[in-house]
Amino acid sequence: MHLICCPFCGNRDETEFRFAVEAGKRRGSVSSSPDEWAKYLYFQNNVKGDTREVWMHLTCGELFILSRNSVTHSIHGSEPVRKAAEA
Amino acid sequence: MRLPSGGTGITREKELSFAFDGKPHRGFEGDTVASALLAAGVRTVGRSFKYHRPRGIWGHGVEEPNAIFDVKLAGFHEPNARGTTTPLADGLVVRSINARPDASRDRFGFLDRFAKFIPAGFYYKTFMWPSWERFEPRIRAMAGLGEIDREWAPKAFSSHVHDTCDVLVVGAGNSGLRAALAAARDGRSVTVVDEGFAPGGQLLYRSRTADGEHAEEWLASTLAELSRLGVTIMSRSTAYGIYDHNLVCVAELKKATNPPISHRIRPKQIVLATGAIERPLVFPNNDRPGIMSAASALFYLRRHGVRVGERIVIASNNDSTAEVAEAFRVVGANVTEVSSVANVRGKNRVEAVIDENGRSIPADALLVSGGYSPTVHLFCQAKGKLAWSDERAAFVPKDEVQGVKVIGSANGDFRWRVQASWPTKPTKERAWIDFQNDVTSKDVALAARENFRSVEHLKRYTTLGMATDQGKTSNVNGLAALAAFTGRSIAETGTTTFRPPYTPVSMMAFTGYRHGQLFNPVRRLALETEHRAAGAIFGEYGGWLRPAAYDRDIQSEALRAREGVGIFDASPLGKVEVIGPDAGLLLDFNGYGKVSTLKPGRIRYGLTLNENGSVYDDGVIARLDETRFLVSCSSSHVTGVHLRLEDIRQDLFDPTRLSIHNATSRWATLTVTGPKSRSLLDSLSLGLDLGNEAFPHMSWRMATFEGGPVRLARVSFSGDLSFEVSVPQSKAASLFCALREAGARFNATMLGLEALMILRAEKGYIVIGKDTDGLTLPHDLGIVGPRDKRTDEFVGRRSLFTEWAQEKKRRQFTGLSITDGGGPLATGAHAIERVTGKSRSIGFVTSSYFSPTIGKPIALGLIENAMERQGEIIEMQHLGAVRKARVSAACAFDPEGARLNA
Repeated sequence: MHLICCPFCGNRDETEFRFAVEAGKRRGSVSSSPDEWAKYLYFQNNVKGDTREVWMHLTCGELFILSRNSVTHSIHGSEPVRKAAEA
Repeated sequence: MRLPSGGTGITREKELSFAFDGKPHRGFEGDTVASALLAAGVRTVGRSFKYHRPRGIWGHGVEEPNAIFDVKLAGFHEPNARGTTTPLADGLVVRSINARPDASRDRFGFLDRFAKFIPAGFYYKTFMWPSWERFEPRIRAMAGLGEIDREWAPKAFSSHVHDTCDVLVVGAGNSGLRAALAAARDGRSVTVVDEGFAPGGQLLYRSRTADGEHAEEWLASTLAELSRLGVTIMSRSTAYGIYDHNLVCVAELKKATNPPISHRIRPKQIVLATGAIERPLVFPNNDRPGIMSAASALFYLRRHGVRVGERIVIASNNDSTAEVAEAFRVVGANVTEVSSVANVRGKNRVEAVIDENGRSIPADALLVSGGYSPTVHLFCQAKGKLAWSDERAAFVPKDEVQGVKVIGSANGDFRWRVQASWPTKPTKERAWIDFQNDVTSKDVALAARENFRSVEHLKRYTTLGMATDQGKTSNVNGLAALAAFTGRSIAETGTTTFRPPYTPVSMMAFTGYRHGQLFNPVRRLALETEHRAAGAIFGEYGGWLRPAAYDRDIQSEALRAREGVGIFDASPLGKVEVIGPDAGLLLDFNGYGKVSTLKPGRIRYGLTLNENGSVYDDGVIARLDETRFLVSCSSSHVTGVHLRLEDIRQDLFDPTRLSIHNATSRWATLTVTGPKSRSLLDSLSLGLDLGNEAFPHMSWRMATFEGGPVRLARVSFSGDLSFEVSVPQSKAASLFCALREAGARFNATMLGLEALMILRAEKGYIVIGKDTDGLTLPHDLGIVGPRDKRTDEFVGRRSLFTEWAQEKKRRQFTGLSITDGGGPLATGAHAIERVTGKSRSIGFVTSSYFSPTIGKPIALGLIENAMERQGEIIEMQHLGAVRKARVSAACAFDPEGARLNA
């Protein structure tokens, strides 16, 4: 059972969270090529090691970026989505 | 035999009586089942797993492989209790397991004589013809452990406790208590968990601490100081697993007749002071009753005043047994010490020990010590790696793991010197390695010969270390034997993986209170009591407990609503508010149809899609004012729709200009439907013109009910004139009463979900997930406007233009009318097309009912090219029977919608 840190609520149990998407993924549009759209819909990088992912803390409803390691399961930190986008 | 005095763990003033295999025995408070049986002189306490060999007590803790019992006390039942960890209680009923009729006279005892013919892997090699399944039930019945009493149900339920502390010490022995003391003196909050009945570990039965202090005195003063410092010490509490981010799970046995309490502790620092477990020596017939761990014999002597024999032989490869020999001499036993054993005489009890020189020493007990194995299970669960130490003859923790510290014997810091003595070749007579699963050195040799040389293969082929004791006493001897038989070192051979739980944990500890109604709690309506009083039969729909029907005759319920008026509880329908200047734009992006063009006061029906284009949900959206919309999604999609709107708001919009609020549970909604619904509502005097011109279909109005707000929406899921009437939850009951009272004059019926499903099917209204599946695109439902006309982006848009989406042969939503005069089609029946003698499914029935309104069966389905097939008669197949149906319009009743717009 992981402890995940919400940038607003602090460390909480993983059952309170939902994985949304790998960070940095851009949504295409109706003009995307079939390959681009398929990549957006179905492909994940599934990084082994340090990852950046978008999660939602269901209890406060906020999306945030979570930095963690997919091998050691260590959690490095989190930041609000907006702050990450502005940076 | 119980000595006349002594035993620091028992209270001789309190005698307890219990039964073992039907015979009465007595013991003292503080006894375990094992100590009481040893005191009573019972040697054979059980039969072995495979060969049904008589077995006695080996150890004194969770490592015990043999003394497994079926235990009953005051209505509590435990099918596989370890005698060494089960406290004696007055009236305890103890039975041996895997023995019929009992341990001393087991009728399967003869199996041992056929041992030669049933080596490891025997069953898999032998019972192949005609099939393993034919033999399995009988073999399973002959082998194995306790049986579950199917009549028994627990009276109490396990509590779940969540906790945290600075330092969690596992093991309250010499090292653990020192670590706890140091941390507590340092001002940190400390919890100590220990699986023993009392804290102390070895200090409870050894005379000196590792540093040479008087054990009893040191223990007493240390416990006193820990108590002063506020350290929590939990006894009979086993830390059975370490999980990610320092989560330690602990099962605490507090009351004998209750299931364990489950603790989930998240400390900043874990200290493992889990000690070490004494290993047996591997020699022929080393499993005879009367052969036991030397440390355990000392434990029973000091804690329970039990002397396990008069003529005792001690066989040891280390100096930990010097104190044992001395202690038994003091209490008058005749003690002989040997360094190794060649064989043992006696079947149901030890009669003589043959030493390495062939000398026969008469004995009634043989105490052995084959060295110590550090208890590294938890360390390994925390991803710690082990290194083999020849000097200590043990696997010891190698690298440090963050947040986990291993100390004392668990770290290999023994005070004993060990002269390792491993099996070098299988002996002529069988020598046991795993007592509980009946694995001998011959089985290990067989595995090696058949090339199961990896430890993981050895384990699975021979079942070494797989029983309820998980090889606590046997693993290292097994690895050493495999290493010797394959010509490798123990370090090269390695260990198997340690996985939680460390000891068996009752399933009740995991269940906790999550059973019965709490297993998967249903959501309940505010009006449940009122519905019950009205005779509702409830069912679970999308997590809600809702009235399925009020009448056993659903047909008449539907018909009465169609002809007159019905009242339906629609409260679970979603009410998600989207608020802000960009609310319309957000909903445009979220949905298939455009919403921003909707006028305040009006309502629009629409679909939402997944990004892959498939239909996700449908429902109506009401525009409350310029900047407020109310999304009425389907009941089971409320959470999903809410999260999805939040996702879009934060990811793609300026979240400061938008707010999403799920108000579903704030409002109760009662739908009044049927031709007389307007008259019924008029009689409530809400002060609202309900006429078709003032209040047309697909619009909403606010009014006042009992001094509070009431929202009326003219939408319909039945195809008749309908009003959804919503009030704050607190007014739900009075609205229900008012409608029922007024309804009585119109002969109104209560309408359950099942009857409503018939009404909507007559109209061809879809239920997402029932009449659609994960491949259904909006144009398969015949809704093509937004795809063809919209120029802005929305969820799922790109996917509507893929090659697949535009394929000719798509399953399309359609009606099916029965042409063969039979009853309703089976839901799920397949439509069949026959081409050159081969039949192929071209779709299936998604909804099927008998329609009381039109007096014949109706059906909806997803059928390939249904639009082109309109009027065609197709074959429907279900469970071998073939029926005929005509592909027809989905709407079977009032296609012009005259009743809807009445």
